[in-house]
Amino acid sequence: MSFVDGLRCRECGRSYPAEALHVCEFCFGPLEVAYDYDAIATAVTRRSIAAGPPTIWRYAALLPAEPTGAVDLGAGWTPLVRADRLAAELGLGELWIKNDTMNPTGSFKDRVTSVALTKARELGFKVAACASTGNLANSVAAHAARAGMRSYVFIPSDLEQQKVVTTAVYGTTLVAIDGTYDDVNRLCAELTSEHPTWAFVNVNVRTYYAEGSKTLAFEVAEQLGWRAPDHVVVPIASGSQLTKIHKGFQELHRVGLLDDPSATRVSGAQAAGCAPVAAAFAEGHDFVRPVRPATIAKSLAIGNPADGPYALDAVRATGGSIGAVSDDEIVEGIRLLARTEGIFAETAGGVTVATLARLAADGVVRRDERVVAFITGNGLKTLDAVAGVVGPTATIKPTLEAFAAAVDTEGPTP
Amino acid sequence: MTATVRIPTQLRPLTGGAGEVAATGSTVGEVLKALDAAHPGLGERLFDEAGRLRRFVNVFVADEDIRFLDGLDTAVADGQTVSIVPAVAGG
Repeated sequence: MSFVDGLRCRECGRSYPAEALHVCEFCFGPLEVAYDYDAIATAVTRRSIAAGPPTIWRYAALLPAEPTGAVDLGAGWTPLVRADRLAAELGLGELWIKNDTMNPTGSFKDRVTSVALTKARELGFKVAACASTGNLANSVAAHAARAGMRSYVFIPSDLEQQKVVTTAVYGTTLVAIDGTYDDVNRLCAELTSEHPTWAFVNVNVRTYYAEGSKTLAFEVAEQLGWRAPDHVVVPIASGSQLTKIHKGFQELHRVGLLDDPSATRVSGAQAAGCAPVAAAFAEGHDFVRPVRPATIAKSLAIGNPADGPYALDAVRATGGSIGAVSDDEIVEGIRLLARTEGIFAETAGGVTVATLARLAADGVVRRDERVVAFITGNGLKTLDAVAGVVGPTATIKPTLEAFAAAVDTEGPTP
Repeated sequence: MTATVRIPTQLRPLTGGAGEVAATGSTVGEVLKALDAAHPGLGERLFDEAGRLRRFVNVFVADEDIRFLDGLDTAVADGQTVSIVPAVAGG
């Protein structure tokens, strides 16, 4: 059963029914799902969650949609792996990687899409849609196919070829827009007004969609034996994921699943070529000035981030920081994670690892902290980022002599 | 100058359901002021008590965000489209 009380404006506090609304009709502030936490606290235990499915739906009591008949490809319950080799490289102590590359379509977006389309179906929608930098495009196209829903997916036309193909294959209507993601987003916000029977997962059902990211915090806490980490590093695009991870740890305490109030420090990671939230953090602003993105980290290339102000709030309230790293550092971050831990991340993961390295070097992320870095997308989606810098060690004739001449087998383990 | 102003769902109750209305002014600020005069109540939805555009309201002239132009002082040419779009979307 659902424990949703309704929706509430995060800015002015006005209440709304739990319908397909994402914006306060009075002040345009974002709407948030309001839950009956006391009822959840009596209904849910660590044991009841452990008895649930190995997906995000084990946390259904803290999600705004009914798990029965969920639009589900198996999102969530991804590995949390101890990363000692990476920790040693960065001078850190206890470091964990939340490997969300392991989701059905290879990114954390499967969590939010599953929640959004489950709720959309409850509300009677037959059409799914989204504005996407690629990962969401994959996920909405796949989940809509699974649910038998018609779908419309809008992307910037300069997206990585891998993300175009891995969206189109699901039979969606894929529309490439001449412009940036922010242009795509603006068009979709306007299309939502013209097509109110479409469920735009990150527009008119965004209130529900965003809640799916809380499961990242829920899983990390459960996988650590119902303990919150000391410090998390999260990539920032719109800022929604970071905000919801922060909220997730707080909710676990609110409903009695964590003994202590969360003291988790939350730090954010951006690409220098699109760092409006990092810039606002550095300048001490509580607003975010939009930028025009220019970075290889296209999945984070949102110049006008909807939840930027809230991400700033979460980072400042918890004593975290926000870093911004160059494209070269992003590529090096991808390679470092792959080389030390055997995890191949897309460019957003490179941003996270490179920012973690910076924050560790600066002493912001400390050696005495239990640290979790969120790696949210699979490297096979952004092959171009590393295609120019990695490749065969040698190309040789099929002879022992050629091998011996071309390959040094005595060197150290990389 | 007469501009076409595109109205989001959230404000259509104030425009009699219309998704597009005409308004006169040579800057975005003037166009929005004229809009409020023609459709009372719109102004307080778009502007805070200090008269600034609310932080979750985006305004575009010919599809360009006015924060990349001159804000409320951005010039509006005859026949141009001014779009009011809720900022909370995407990601």
